[in-house]
Amino acid sequence: MTLPFCVGCGCVTVLSSFLRAVQELGHKDLSRFVFCSGIGCSAWIPSPYLEADSLHTTHGRSIPVATGVKLLRPDLNVVVFGGDGDIAGIGLSHLIHAARRNLDITVIMVNNMIYGMTGGQVAPTTPLWTKTTTTPYGSFEYPLDVTRLVVAAGASYAARWTTAHGEQLKEAMKKAVTTKGFAFVEAASPCPTAFGRRAGFKDVAEMLQWFRQNAVPLEQATKMTEKELDRKIVVGEYVSREMPTLTENLYKIVREAEKSA
Amino acid sequence: MAGCRFFAGYPITPASEIAEHLALRLPQTGGIVVQMEDEMASLGAVIGASWTGAKAMTATSGPGFSLMQELMGYAFMTETPCVVVDVQRAGPSTGQATKCGQGDVMQARWGAHGDYASVALSPNSVQEMFDLTIYAFNLAETYRTPVIVLADEIIAHMREQIRIPPSDEITVVDRKKPKASEKMFFMMDEIAPMPSVGEGFNVAVTGSTHDETGRRFTADPIVHRRLVETLVGKIRNNANKIVEYEAYNIEECDVGVVSFGCTSRAMYESVESAKEKRIRVGFIRLKTVWPFPEKAVRDMAQNCKAIIVPEMNLREVYYEVERAVHGAVPVVPVNKVGGSEMITPEELTAEIVRSVE
Repeated sequence: MTLPFCVGCGCVTVLSSFLRAVQELGHKDLSRFVFCSGIGCSAWIPSPYLEADSLHTTHGRSIPVATGVKLLRPDLNVVVFGGDGDIAGIGLSHLIHAARRNLDITVIMVNNMIYGMTGGQVAPTTPLWTKTTTTPYGSFEYPLDVTRLVVAAGASYAARWTTAHGEQLKEAMKKAVTTKGFAFVEAASPCPTAFGRRAGFKDVAEMLQWFRQNAVPLEQATKMTEKELDRKIVVGEYVSREMPTLTENLYKIVREAEKSA
Repeated sequence: MAGCRFFAGYPITPASEIAEHLALRLPQTGGIVVQMEDEMASLGAVIGASWTGAKAMTATSGPGFSLMQELMGYAFMTETPCVVVDVQRAGPSTGQATKCGQGDVMQARWGAHGDYASVALSPNSVQEMFDLTIYAFNLAETYRTPVIVLADEIIAHMREQIRIPPSDEITVVDRKKPKASEKMFFMMDEIAPMPSVGEGFNVAVTGSTHDETGRRFTADPIVHRRLVETLVGKIRNNANKIVEYEAYNIEECDVGVVSFGCTSRAMYESVESAKEKRIRVGFIRLKTVWPFPEKAVRDMAQNCKAIIVPEMNLREVYYEVERAVHGAVPVVPVNKVGGSEMITPEELTAEIVRSVE
């Protein structure tokens, strides 16, 4: 079976990082996992290419579906794959509420800063003044810092890396999957076909170079001004904490209600 | 009593009481109630829960039902059993939030885009809110489909005595589960067995066009045709097993009435009044709005001179009746909107009398 991704697509790195992460955690297969994804190229990472249970849902609604799965099967690892448009565009509300609830799932957002599958329209994460198909003169909106938002919303784990940081990305995924609580990994990813071409990148090698040159470690970024951080990609672990999860809190209520019956 | 274990919903008049009551009672039986951030998330969570093997439901009204349409289509497409209660109120849009309407009938059939067939039940009493909800779960499990309980604000807010039968008198249907070696979980002539996630089936569920294994396969027109024909066919071809209605006097009537929900409550009294005036009235009271009982309506049209369709909207079931009778008799709509007042027995009797003249 051939994968559907373009040559140079970051989804391949994200997929292989994830599988290596899962393997290093000791899993022999994906039988302890359920994957939910929405619409977009990165939603095709699990569906139907992984030998696992996968729910490929509608655009932006993978997290609510994952909520239903996790609440009934808290013993399973529920992992959501999605792009920036799916997770932080149409699905933004669900992302925030899942983090707020500390829903015990892992969300891996592949951020290529564009709506790739539909041909390259501007996204909530597209840098200012970027030429896209719906902003042919340059985009005129500020992009969203999704990882910071997710931390503010209450996530137990949040980290951002790029696909040029494959090893760190894999480690972050391992931490995310084993985190008790809402875990979020943002993987900045090159899309040469829909983003790179119009934004002035010759090929994916140039895009990965751009990632490496503009990635700033979080500790360093805290000492830099907003102006200095313009168009930089801040990478690292934003938060790692432990709080009671939605499942724990909800089941506590259910047990009490059963006693009161 | 139907075995529902999960409810996810969002507050909306006049359905919030369902969420509130279930929030109190369902956890007492070990079930889960969660209020989601909007109606789309509610139906999404219900769908996810259904794929773990649980019976799941949500409840809403017109505006929320509209928001749910995309995921309704997803549930139809993926053959996901679930129950969606729509307590109709006056629309469109925000409308008269606290007042009755019956204007979601067509939406219950055609609300989502594309080709599929829906099942929608219409309770006309508190007893039927109970009975038809159980029926809804059973239909959902049997046919692997969302089932809509198309109630209305008047029926939903009524208080009446009901009889709750002992559990050994209640039939509960569970979905067919696959054998361990099974690989085909969709679009089969006999309803396909439904695996749950986390049981080793590696099921691929997708809203994209797919084959019997669930794997996305959009390139072949024959696969898509087979898929949508199965989705429509499994309801159409089993309509005679699904359709339920109350029939009265349809072989010997001068005038026929087709009604449903709160409006049908006036109809019973009208029929009595008409009898006193020596008019023989027959009726078909829809318990299933979809699939529509077209054969019963056609049969009634053979005998009567006109069919009256009273509804608290500006014609919806009317169109189905017109279609079913195919010009055999005049179809007379009686429409009342405004929410505060039902179509009265007097209004309906007057129309019955007019139709006979």
